[in-house]
Amino acid sequence: MTDRSNIKIAVASGKGGTGKTLVSTNLFWAVQNAGIPVSLVDCDAEAPNAALFFSGNFFVSFPVTQNVPVIDSTSCVFCGKCSEYCNYNAIVLLPANHFIQVVEDLCHDCGACIIACKYGAITEKVKRIGSVQSIQPNNLTEIIEARADVGVFSPVPVIKKAIKEVSNKYLAIFDSPPGISCPFIATVYHADFVILVTEPTPFGLHDLKLSAETLQHLNKQFGVIVNRAGLGNVDVYDWLRINKIPMLMEIPFDREIARIYSEGLLLVEEKPAYQIRFIELLKTIGELLQR
Amino acid sequence: MNEIVILSGKGGTGKTSLSAAFATIRNNCIVADCDVDGADLHLILQPENYINEKFITGHKAVIDFNTCTNCKLCVDYCRFEAISVQNEQEFISETSCDGCKLCSRICPSKSIQMVPSDKSIWYIGNYRKGLMVHARLFPGEENSGKLVNVVRENARKISNETGWKTIIIDGPPGTGCAVISSITGANTAIIVTEPTHSGFHDMKRILDLTSNFKVRSCVVINKFDLNESISDKIEGWCVENSIPVIGKIAFDEQIVAAMINCQSIIEWRPESEASKEIISIYKIIFND
Repeated sequence: MTDRSNIKIAVASGKGGTGKTLVSTNLFWAVQNAGIPVSLVDCDAEAPNAALFFSGNFFVSFPVTQNVPVIDSTSCVFCGKCSEYCNYNAIVLLPANHFIQVVEDLCHDCGACIIACKYGAITEKVKRIGSVQSIQPNNLTEIIEARADVGVFSPVPVIKKAIKEVSNKYLAIFDSPPGISCPFIATVYHADFVILVTEPTPFGLHDLKLSAETLQHLNKQFGVIVNRAGLGNVDVYDWLRINKIPMLMEIPFDREIARIYSEGLLLVEEKPAYQIRFIELLKTIGELLQR
Repeated sequence: MNEIVILSGKGGTGKTSLSAAFATIRNNCIVADCDVDGADLHLILQPENYINEKFITGHKAVIDFNTCTNCKLCVDYCRFEAISVQNEQEFISETSCDGCKLCSRICPSKSIQMVPSDKSIWYIGNYRKGLMVHARLFPGEENSGKLVNVVRENARKISNETGWKTIIIDGPPGTGCAVISSITGANTAIIVTEPTHSGFHDMKRILDLTSNFKVRSCVVINKFDLNESISDKIEGWCVENSIPVIGKIAFDEQIVAAMINCQSIIEWRPESEASKEIISIYKIIFND
């Protein structure tokens, strides 16, 4: 990659609460402070918090929907084919009672039941599962927020929709959901580089190893930020060195940083040294990508 | 049966540290780690597993290129954009495949097989105060709540077998399917929050979810002294919304030290302020 003005960087961690949002919001703001257009995509759709750090013109919001089947019981012959085709047990059928029902929460919108039905008894309707919102703090920036409705079975379709809103032309930062299951995969899938944020504790290291293993399997380039350095022990540093994983940055444990974050403020604004550190972080990532 | 689920919405507020503390106060305790996508409680409780079983999280479609006629019908039918054409040949992305089986059903040459994803494992083990059920979700699998169900159901089963009445459930972050599976059937939900805008925001989302269940919800503010004014706001909001705040735990580096020594704070520093507060919370929850 010779031009790094449009790279996509995901900020992730196996363990929750290690500082993903701290890193993604500050990197985002440092980049725009440097006059570079940038998008921040909050992909943590079950706990979207990035927008809490900014105010701006509410730009656009649209609902994210999925299709769910609607069964017309007058043309249904209760043959059971749709229920057999549904791999998610989302169609409950009691043929003797002429009873058939769709459990919408279990439906994955695969379309198999419609193909199964030879009697034209199944149509589809749309069901809301979340929303994507864009906020423009200024002309250089936008924040795209994936927000799954509370209780929705999978945030993945909402995350995918939010990522699709990002322009290919600009640099973008994806604030990932915690964990290593499909919402995380859906987020890092479109990233050129992944920042894993951890803390120097046994929980942090255990979950970092799982994330690293997953990213290696996906062939994604990544590096690590150790947050709350000073707490815990040195095991994470040993592990990074032995496995030759780049350590991108250290953020110390500091009650003042905790306070700034808790109030929804930005480190790069409150502590100007961090403006320089986050721009250095971007440069480091650019260099790693060019290798 | 007294089933207590510990939740938060936001990650990293202290669910597992609190679960570990509860799990080491009394003997004959059953613990279920339902955060299968970031299971850490076993690092403190160090169970000796006497059961470990494979769990099939779903299936992935695989093409047999010896019989595939390259008709590309599967590409059109797949709604997950998991099948693309690369070098004139269909290709299924393992990470995008949802396992719906439709491609396998419609393939005219029957060239697509569904292969089970069986790399996730669940365990039952003995730990120093009781029994623990936990699991490891294989990276990239769908955290659909099905594995969480298995963990929770096994915890109930061993509760019936042993006659031990207390089940402590360490829940996952978020508000999705895995969280719903963790709450289902619990009597009490403890929401652990922290005095940050994010913690406050996500606490409201999780309370919105628990209000749909027959579960009594209460709040613990962890690390409350890191921002007392936000902590007060959270408390005020809870009072207005009739949600009891049953404890406030001060930030204590010894909680991290305890973790490094594979102990809960109750074991590591029983006389600390944090331990005293946690025991007071425990007494409120268990009326003991």
